[in-house]
Amino acid sequence: MADIITDEMIDYVSILAKLELTPAEKEQAKNDMAKMLDYVDMLNELDTSGTEPMYHVFPVSNVFREDVVVNGDDSEGMLKNAPERKDNFYKVPRTVD
Amino acid sequence: MSILSLTAVELGRKIKAKEVSVSEAVEAVLAQIETYDKEYNCYISVDREGARTRARKVQKLIDSGELTGQLAGVPMAVKDNICTKGLLTTCGSKILESFVPTYSAQAVLNLENAGAVIIGKTNMDEFAMGSTTETSAFGVTKNPWNTQHVPGGSSGGSCAAVAADECFFALGSDTGGSIRQPASFCGVTGLKPTYGTVSRYGLVAYASSLDQIGPVAKDVTDCAAVLEAIASYDPKDSTSIKRDDYDFALALTEDVKGLRIGIPKDYFTDGLDQNVRAAVQSAARLLEENGAFVEEFDLSLVQYAIPAYYVIASAEAGSNLARFDGVKYAYRSKDSKGLHEMYKKTRSEGFGEEVRRRIMLGSFVLSSGYYDAYYLKALRTRKLIKNEFDKAFEKYDVILAPAAPTTAPRLGESLIDPVKMYLSDIYTVAVNLAGLPAMSVPCGVDLKGLPIGVQLIADCFKEKNIIRAGYSIEQAVSREKCEAARAAESKATEARN
Repeated sequence: MADIITDEMIDYVSILAKLELTPAEKEQAKNDMAKMLDYVDMLNELDTSGTEPMYHVFPVSNVFREDVVVNGDDSEGMLKNAPERKDNFYKVPRTVD
Repeated sequence: MSILSLTAVELGRKIKAKEVSVSEAVEAVLAQIETYDKEYNCYISVDREGARTRARKVQKLIDSGELTGQLAGVPMAVKDNICTKGLLTTCGSKILESFVPTYSAQAVLNLENAGAVIIGKTNMDEFAMGSTTETSAFGVTKNPWNTQHVPGGSSGGSCAAVAADECFFALGSDTGGSIRQPASFCGVTGLKPTYGTVSRYGLVAYASSLDQIGPVAKDVTDCAAVLEAIASYDPKDSTSIKRDDYDFALALTEDVKGLRIGIPKDYFTDGLDQNVRAAVQSAARLLEENGAFVEEFDLSLVQYAIPAYYVIASAEAGSNLARFDGVKYAYRSKDSKGLHEMYKKTRSEGFGEEVRRRIMLGSFVLSSGYYDAYYLKALRTRKLIKNEFDKAFEKYDVILAPAAPTTAPRLGESLIDPVKMYLSDIYTVAVNLAGLPAMSVPCGVDLKGLPIGVQLIADCFKEKNIIRAGYSIEQAVSREKCEAARAAESKATEARN
């Protein structure tokens, strides 16, 4: 199964993960992931047909509450954490040319 | 007797009786940090002035009778992935190197309401991904028992700080063993509660369906006291559970008559160190001598827990860590041309190797075409593992096992082979997959003098069973130690005469 980890696959996964890898890091990632997936393939020994996937420990459903504001205005403190800001906004690099 | 040798509950009692002031306790801890933390590096940040101011405030509230809890005035540490209002919270990562939360985690608020005093934030594997505290961007933490060795991880800073008397107790988080394994390596007591018992509000998410905050303490009594303080139903965490009772300390009794203990044979195979095996088996014998019923049984599927865990945890991590993109928090890469490049550069420079590895794996197993084969397969395996535990708990009140296959490895040894490092979690991850409560209690040392922990696991909501068994082992172990010391003493006296 690990042979699915081609150069193209690593490129695709790094787009999904929003990571930029150097050629050396790509090679490393390819090896690491192939090794990990070889190991994970052990799960195929198990017959899981008819078993429901267990997403959570307890059956959880959406928890609703009244739409009432309970917290104060922390915007100044939050914006202090921003690498760049302008007035009351987060500032980001140019998005369109 | 030095203040530092007291347990948290003993100190709380002395503070209440006015034998020790809160400021004296805080100064004692700060002095200890001053002396030892350059070497151990348990803390990422220490809030000296904040702790001193808080000590004076808490003292007033104790004096006026407003604070009466058993942890009032007790200095504690918080793992650095748990938000503390106004205090740096880095998750051991460069990407959050300057992040200061605007709110505190519910578990922290609960402790503050109980009068505990935060001393600082402890070191950890980056985003709790690691088993040694070596993947932190802020340097490695060393094991206070032997500084050539790791403290374990990911709550290595919290466990080492408790072991080194650099706080009286600490909060850790446990996603796949991150409280129990370092507690075992550092000779302290650590408890992972039933999923949903402690609010995850303010815990920076790694794998949300597995993460739980829990206590790291000097003994079982302290663990129970801290758990009582932090456990609460919290509407801010949609997976929080309203429990019937929170009086965990009621289970602090040595009597284990009638308690049914199961030892999974599959946990005692070739990979288990001989010293660890012997110490864990002797802990089982102590319970038997105290009246428990002990037998071996087959808990199958043990070897499938780690692959299932890494698929699920990586998938959830890949999603949870998407928020760190250079816009809202701390680190941003310089000189990016456009928005997309800024995201990629920030994340590539800000995340360390192990975090990148898990985000990549998580993105892959969730990607179209592989989702069923990997992610759903792992979730189905998780259900099968949960079924095995359900079966076991029809017969037993407590499962007794090692916390880790070895004692603490030497620094640098584990990072060479990631899969091998993942295997060190073999006895702990299944507990998280099934949401069970479990605790590591010191039960001996190996030939090198490094601590060994025995892991006690119970069914969901049965923390009291493990607290009872843990307390029983702890009392018996300390009695054995006293007897050995007395025997050595009388031998020495004889020799002198």
